[in-house]
Amino acid sequence: MAGQRLRARSRFCRWWDEGLERMRFIRDVKSRALAAYGAVSALAALVMMGPAWAQQEAERKDWQFGMVPGATPVRDRIDAFHNELLIIITLITIFVMVLLIYAMWRFNAKKHPVPTKTTHNTLLEVLWTTIPVIILVAIAIPSFKLLYFEDRTQHADMTLKVTGHQWYWSYEYPDNGGFAFDANMIPDDKAAAAGEPRLLGTDNPVVLPVGAVVRILISGTDVIHSWYLPAAAVQEYAVVGHTNESWMQFEREGTFYGQCNQICGVNHPFMPIEVKVVSKQKFDAWVADAKKKFAQNPADPSALRLAAAAQ
Amino acid sequence: MSDTPHGHDHAHDHAHGHDHGHDHSHGGHDHAHEVHLTFAQRWLFSTNHKDIGTLYIIFAITAGLIGGFFSILIRADLMVPGDPLFGNNHQLYNVIITAHGLIMVFFLVMPALIGGFGNWFVPLMIGAPDMAFPRMNNISFWLLVPAFALLVGSAFVGDGAGVGWTVYPPLSSKIGHPGPSVDMAIFSLHLAGASSIMGAINFITTIFNMRAPGMTLHKMPLFVWSILVTAFLLLLSLPVLAGAITMLLTDRNFGTTFFDPAGGGDPLLFLNLFWFFGHPEVYIMILPAFGIISQVISTFSKKPIFGYLGMCYAMVSIGVIGFVVWAHHMYTTGISVDTQAYFTAATMVIAVPTGIKIFSWVATMWDGSIEFKTPMLWAIGFLFLFTVGGVTGVVLSNAGVDHYMHNTYYVVAHFHYVLSLGAVFGLFCGFYYWIGKMSGRQYNETLGQIHFWMTFIGVNLTFFPMHFLGLAGMPRRISDYPDAYAGWNMVASIGSFISGAATLLFIFIVFHTILAGRKIGNNPWGEGATTLEWTLPSPPAFHSFDELPVIADQHGH
Ligand SMILES: [Cu+2]
Repeated sequence: MAGQRLRARSRFCRWWDEGLERMRFIRDVKSRALAAYGAVSALAALVMMGPAWAQQEAERKDWQFGMVPGATPVRDRIDAFHNELLIIITLITIFVMVLLIYAMWRFNAKKHPVPTKTTHNTLLEVLWTTIPVIILVAIAIPSFKLLYFEDRTQHADMTLKVTGHQWYWSYEYPDNGGFAFDANMIPDDKAAAAGEPRLLGTDNPVVLPVGAVVRILISGTDVIHSWYLPAAAVQEYAVVGHTNESWMQFEREGTFYGQCNQICGVNHPFMPIEVKVVSKQKFDAWVADAKKKFAQNPADPSALRLAAAAQ
Repeated sequence: MSDTPHGHDHAHDHAHGHDHGHDHSHGGHDHAHEVHLTFAQRWLFSTNHKDIGTLYIIFAITAGLIGGFFSILIRADLMVPGDPLFGNNHQLYNVIITAHGLIMVFFLVMPALIGGFGNWFVPLMIGAPDMAFPRMNNISFWLLVPAFALLVGSAFVGDGAGVGWTVYPPLSSKIGHPGPSVDMAIFSLHLAGASSIMGAINFITTIFNMRAPGMTLHKMPLFVWSILVTAFLLLLSLPVLAGAITMLLTDRNFGTTFFDPAGGGDPLLFLNLFWFFGHPEVYIMILPAFGIISQVISTFSKKPIFGYLGMCYAMVSIGVIGFVVWAHHMYTTGISVDTQAYFTAATMVIAVPTGIKIFSWVATMWDGSIEFKTPMLWAIGFLFLFTVGGVTGVVLSNAGVDHYMHNTYYVVAHFHYVLSLGAVFGLFCGFYYWIGKMSGRQYNETLGQIHFWMTFIGVNLTFFPMHFLGLAGMPRRISDYPDAYAGWNMVASIGSFISGAATLLFIFIVFHTILAGRKIGNNPWGEGATTLEWTLPSPPAFHSFDELPVIADQHGH
């Protein structure tokens, strides 16, 4: 049964990928518009994320206002789009607030003792219906572009399989020798000694090569978990019986943290995600070591098939 | 059969609703029909819509205090990193957030807005003698009491139900929660759901069949419209929840595998069913608040509501679209990208009728003669804060962004802005607006305004920093968090303590009003209050209308 589902899924993937290829030319036409958005976004980003940008050595800063620094093309586009959204929603909120304050000041009972009985103004009503529609269309177009870009990749350099358990993550490298390992949280009392932030560090970080396009397949074995890595904007539920797909391509080396983001029982706060992004050389060296270190943990054969099917 | 049914009241048939309704007088009311009932007859076996409404409000305030106390516990625990309050009992934390969510949704907001104010004022506003099915009304209320007992009891049996208000399997299945707690919570939701379905049937029948002569659908006050739309949402969505939790119950106890892939089931089936109910549910909570805000803004601006028909059909379209957006809660569950695109688009559409409502409220204030009494403060607070919650909803509607935001504190901030600062502001707004009518005694204006400002400051301090926590990637429903989130969490906790203090003041205001409030006449608000309830004494007689009021043109068009 599982095999059937897999085949159906891979047929769907191929159909989907072909569709995406056809859509690519539409993207190119729209890239100029995106460049304009980019300029606006960069400005907004400077305003909103200044403090976070100033110090990038740690992802999360106390009193931070904005998003954790991104490290993938998907995140770059999300940041740009979110900054644009932030401008729009701030302007709308200020607009409504100004209207309200003006009305409160100008039409209070002392200043304006005799109310009019105006209850209709067709022009106004048409305007406050159509202008929001136009704003929403302006939001929806870049939103769809982002969504389809974010969904999955056609040309993965490697696959990482993630499985959620109560209460740890296990990882498999099906096309790098097929080793597998579990990643448990480093207990609070040992975190400082290990040089890891509390509740975020794991005993076996995921290691990935910088620049490589990584297909990530996420599944579960017990209750629903959610693999959430903010720096890459990857978040997918880990559901038993399902394999969800996403992708990431790290633009820089570094250590990136995330957490399980779906309530999963007693130790839900304590199943973090730690990803170390290193150079290709370091990654190859790590793989050679890991194959030996984790030799007693062969990857689930189904993960190998899954990776092959996804290719 | 000796006396004619209308023989006694020709003496004052002069003015019932024949003009704009604000200068009626029931001054001649002689209480000849005062009914003498024992305490049990009046309060336990009650079939009177006003008494049942009062019961609902007392119940909702009690439940709300318990649910609110849980939220203070949550914030106290999260004030500093390290889970200081619950030590290492993380299950207890999960149980408390679950109870907080379910209590606020099913036992505070719904009973207060729909059961309380709906029961009290829908019949009065449409000139009906009572609800269509008075005994069913009684059952609707009394089912809530065992429902609440089961929910609170589930926390004390076994490990408690630490599943979140969304009750997702497999965490809520036997493998996640083997004890009896989740079964009790499921029964609780069944009873609360049955209660609401019966209430919905009652409201729909009442509103469609028992309006006074001249009260056409397009002359009904917007509060009645809001309850009508809400009743349809309840009637259509709650059976789906009932089905989902029944399947969960049989999965847990009778070996079925609706949500277990080992037997051909799928946990995501539950998510789809739950949110098919759950999304309309958020409109169920906010629409009656919309109705109250409309009445209050019109009253205190001394102007009829602006764009009445637009307001009606904005609510209707919010209700309809509310049924086709459920999977925007499921963008990260692996649904296909085309599905995500559809739900993104459909969700954004809701911003249009919501915008119509916001602008129409502002336009109602425009050119009015605004008096800033306590109910109006809550209404204006609602407008501003609901706008903030609305625009963050537009951000979250984008599936592409939601892969970053989903389940973070940004979402917690968003839905508390529309619910804690939306529905609950509507609730307090209605309370101050109608308490004089319901009790015959008016609240103290100074205390009411202090309550408003304390709450306004408290909730904003609590929930605004949560946007920053969410952007910084803090997951919801965690009892301990990385140290970098400490600052804003401290601010949020301080805010919640201020809101908690405001709630204590509210309790004092309730008792102060009932025991020592100034007695008021029919209409304390003056010319702006044009709906039928203000033509009746405060409190209205046991049987509100001696005769059918006849409604002339109410909305000035
Ligand atoms: Cu988890």
